[in-house]
Amino acid sequence: MRFSLGKFTLPVYAVLAFIYLLIPIVYTFVFSFNNSLKTNLIWRGFTFDKWTNVCQREGVCDAFSNSVFIGVISTLFATVLGTMIAIALVRYRFKFRSSINLLLFLPMATPEVVLGAGLASQFFNLGVQKGIWTIIIAHIMFCLSFVVVTVKARVASLDPALEEAGRDLYANPRQVFWKITFPLLLPGIASAALLSFALSFDDFIITNFNAGADMTFPRYVYTAAARGVPAEANVVGCAVFLLAILLVLSTQIRGEIKRRRLAKTH
Amino acid sequence: MAFAAFGSNNPTPSNKPTRSGKVVIALLAPGLAYLAMFFLTPLFALIMVSLEVPDPAGGYAEYVPGFEWGNYAYVISEYFPHILRSFGYALTATVLALLISYPLAYFIGVKARPWPMLQKLMLTLVIAPFFISFLLRTLAWKQIFSNESWIVTSLHNMGILDQTQYVVGTPFMVIFGLTYNFIPFMTLPLYTSLERLDTRYLEAGSDLYATPAKVFRKVTLPLSMPGIISGTLLTFIPIAGDYVNASGDFLGSSSTAMIGNVIESNYLQINDYPSASALSVLLMGVILVLVSVYVRKSGTEDLL
Repeated sequence: MRFSLGKFTLPVYAVLAFIYLLIPIVYTFVFSFNNSLKTNLIWRGFTFDKWTNVCQREGVCDAFSNSVFIGVISTLFATVLGTMIAIALVRYRFKFRSSINLLLFLPMATPEVVLGAGLASQFFNLGVQKGIWTIIIAHIMFCLSFVVVTVKARVASLDPALEEAGRDLYANPRQVFWKITFPLLLPGIASAALLSFALSFDDFIITNFNAGADMTFPRYVYTAAARGVPAEANVVGCAVFLLAILLVLSTQIRGEIKRRRLAKTH
Repeated sequence: MAFAAFGSNNPTPSNKPTRSGKVVIALLAPGLAYLAMFFLTPLFALIMVSLEVPDPAGGYAEYVPGFEWGNYAYVISEYFPHILRSFGYALTATVLALLISYPLAYFIGVKARPWPMLQKLMLTLVIAPFFISFLLRTLAWKQIFSNESWIVTSLHNMGILDQTQYVVGTPFMVIFGLTYNFIPFMTLPLYTSLERLDTRYLEAGSDLYATPAKVFRKVTLPLSMPGIISGTLLTFIPIAGDYVNASGDFLGSSSTAMIGNVIESNYLQINDYPSASALSVLLMGVILVLVSVYVRKSGTEDLL
């Protein structure tokens, strides 16, 4: 595979692509330190104030804590329900399997506006008042399929001989599940939960249709966009970004350390 | 496919059929019931609402159940430009995202193989935009290309843009934003299939005197087809329904409004539920038809 274009074309391209991907992130960071007034359009000098007094700006922290609450509750339900389905799909043979796969695939293939408007119509027909709990119901629904897909991959890579060994040693099915299967699935379940939290936390379109008067962080940014988003919103966005990146990097570094240790002992 | 991992170790069904049957139902029932309640019935609710008629005795924004198929004819004739625009933007942005992502995914998945740590770092960079709020990163582009920005000022000075022309609010800007926002959805599946590409096939190709271009067309491209299919689907579907990028408060203007914008404003602002619902059903129907034709044509049905 020798490209006549030269060795450096692809690396240089990759660097340019990463710069392009990172520009808006850097921009958001820089403007979180802007000594801005109400809007955050023009650079007015450097300050740490927005970081130290985030909650001074009305609505930012309320919206943020709503989003965290919604994310945690939806993730909890979606992860439990989705993991159960994933185990059933990989471990057991049964009828209607392809229809079930289709039912799980459809929510991922449906545009968010359609999911949002559909649920809103249902709540309207049933006379349900929209608010935080209708947002949670919506989020569990669209996170579920993503959890199933993520956990399914993990269940499929699990060696059934380990469970068999447990059964041979007279463990009952409950013990086999909690002492062997569950700990082995845990990394998959954890990444599914993280994905689900990320999807819930950043969702705007479905949320907007089912929120009523309640705010989430993305909704706050959307409504603020009409008159200018304050720098405090950048602070929240950047803090979440840093937390997520730290989490990903630390998992990767832990995995790498483990890999090297294993390589040494062999 | 998943069963391959288990091989003959799979418990035989005759072993304890009734018990495992109960376990399966217990595992599946809660989740599937949830989807039936909050995914399937809402779709039916949407279809019902799309056929409703204005309440003859009621006031503004009050509707009664009906079978007004004319609602569909109305939205198609009224919002035809928006429908065309949505699929046009979605197609353009998906193709652009594919062109931008493929070399990047190839570099990470094939060229960077000797350095696994670098591969992981680059993958983290690819998904980094996901970690900053979707709306904030879209707004960042709006500021970067705002009318007073140095980019637009220098475009004016160089005479590329007329003094009266700006970037924000144009179809270019909306497609730019859509492409940017969905690139990670394209790069990740491409990476996954390129990462598994056996480079010995490529060597075999060039040993048989194929030019690099021919090796790419005959070997690399077909082998990465699953990644291309799932990447294009993962970008095209959300883009076709997006309304944030094209919104007037973000990168668009009234002349760039997509189906999503019409659904949003008809549903949430002017409370014209039947037309918003009819448009939603139409959007979903078109996407399902396009996706099934596309998947069948490309011969990768097993992907689903």
